[in-house]
Amino acid sequence: MRRLPANFLLGAVLVSIVVGIAALSLIWTPHDPQTMSISTKFAPPSATHWLGTDQLGRDVVAQLMAAARNSMTVALVAVLLGGSIGVALGLLASALGGWVEDGVMRLADLGFAFPALLFAIMLAAVFGPSLTNAVLAISFINIPIFARVTRASANQIWTRDYVAAARAAGRGRFAISRDHILPNIAAAIIVQATIEFAVAILAEAALSYLGLGAQPPASSWGRMLSEAQTLMYLAPQLAIYPGLCIVTAVLGFGLLGDGLRDITDPRLVRAR
Amino acid sequence: MTDAPLLEVRNLTRRYKLPRQSLLRRSPVLTALEGAGFSLRAGETLGVVGESGSGKSTLARLIMAFERPDAGEVLFNGSDLHALSSEELRGLRRGFQMVFQDPFGSLNPRRRIGWSIAEPLRANGEETQVTYRVAEALEQVGLHPADAGKYPHEFSGGQRQRIAIARAIITKPALLVADEAVSALDVSVQAQILNLLMDLQDDLGLGMVFISHDLAVVASICDRVLVLQHGKTLESGPAADVLRAPEHPYTKTLLKAAGAHT
Repeated sequence: MRRLPANFLLGAVLVSIVVGIAALSLIWTPHDPQTMSISTKFAPPSATHWLGTDQLGRDVVAQLMAAARNSMTVALVAVLLGGSIGVALGLLASALGGWVEDGVMRLADLGFAFPALLFAIMLAAVFGPSLTNAVLAISFINIPIFARVTRASANQIWTRDYVAAARAAGRGRFAISRDHILPNIAAAIIVQATIEFAVAILAEAALSYLGLGAQPPASSWGRMLSEAQTLMYLAPQLAIYPGLCIVTAVLGFGLLGDGLRDITDPRLVRAR
Repeated sequence: MTDAPLLEVRNLTRRYKLPRQSLLRRSPVLTALEGAGFSLRAGETLGVVGESGSGKSTLARLIMAFERPDAGEVLFNGSDLHALSSEELRGLRRGFQMVFQDPFGSLNPRRRIGWSIAEPLRANGEETQVTYRVAEALEQVGLHPADAGKYPHEFSGGQRQRIAIARAIITKPALLVADEAVSALDVSVQAQILNLLMDLQDDLGLGMVFISHDLAVVASICDRVLVLQHGKTLESGPAADVLRAPEHPYTKTLLKAAGAHT
């Protein structure tokens, strides 16, 4: 058994911690993340409030945990939604070729050219700021990314002899896409999904920071950051904790994705 | 047996556009195959010989209707494959199958071989007795029915080529196209696979288009020979005549090369 790459192991550890905490928050948090208590505002770390309380007396640990859950949910839904549509479009482009392929890929170029934040601001302007619109915006930017990766990998598989054999057998393009292409490009898609998960976490934090994502009273790392900003000199720790959480989660998923890529693509490992 | 040919190829031409050399000039065109023609009766073997780039594989892809020719026709049992609708073509595909060169690339690595062998049956909606027919095909190519549950990486190159042949014959086709089917194999395994192909041809009455760069191999199993160079047909005729008294100097060179290592 080959040794697993260091970036994969570190990424796996960080991701396990973040996902574990998010899962734990479903059944248990030290305090209710929304309960305010003005008498104990800006409390220092103690046995009851491990990381202290914020300007409204809310427990920081409980808020960070609830925010982790929200962040994971947003990223998961956005990557699954945008990823499924992108993969389907990529497979379609690769299977049909010709003007369909050209059309899908030019649309993908258009999607790339459109800044994600701008799109989210546009959605917020039209439908009002909400977590749902943030999810939709992040899903939307994922579509062209997955469409490109899928098409590029699928085009390689279409040249294989076993695909020619399937055509000779009389199988249709969609059946071949399902039975031959998809299973053989799954690794590349999973790697991309892991990396996009990190990007989605960052995007959610950015949108919430701007007030376009999670709305109060829902917890969010991004909103915790923006609320702490005005109190930077009074209580800098309130900005540091959510910042560290964002770094941990983004770094964890990024490293995990890179590590998975190294494992599934032996050419890269040998080149290093 | 009727006199009508199983496969008739007429004036087949295929050109490929190459990448543009300059923005202002038109992209250059490569003529991969030009005016190829032959006919093949059931039970016969036609050898197609030529070096790399001679158009052999293009001919195979056109016969299998994987791509369209720029001119000419491929008549299988009298119907022009390239004039049919894609639905009609798919219906006829069970009648002509192909064995590929690379036994490591022609089987989906993520599927059990029983699944791969049964694929032509499923494609034609024949869902009955699949397990039995896969077992039968495996025995016909000298493998064990229990092998159906294994993955391709568990087999050697020669065994994989047997699996590919099992997949090609499971629909009981009338025509088999073998594109360099033994070139990637060790010499001892080559002989086994050639014998297997000839036995199957006798048992099933297969017409076979056997494509190879190796004239020695072609000489041992083919009734007639077609010699290609740069897409053009240099010579064609009964194998015995072409090999005994080649007309074209290129064929003589190929013969010498074949003689050198046999």
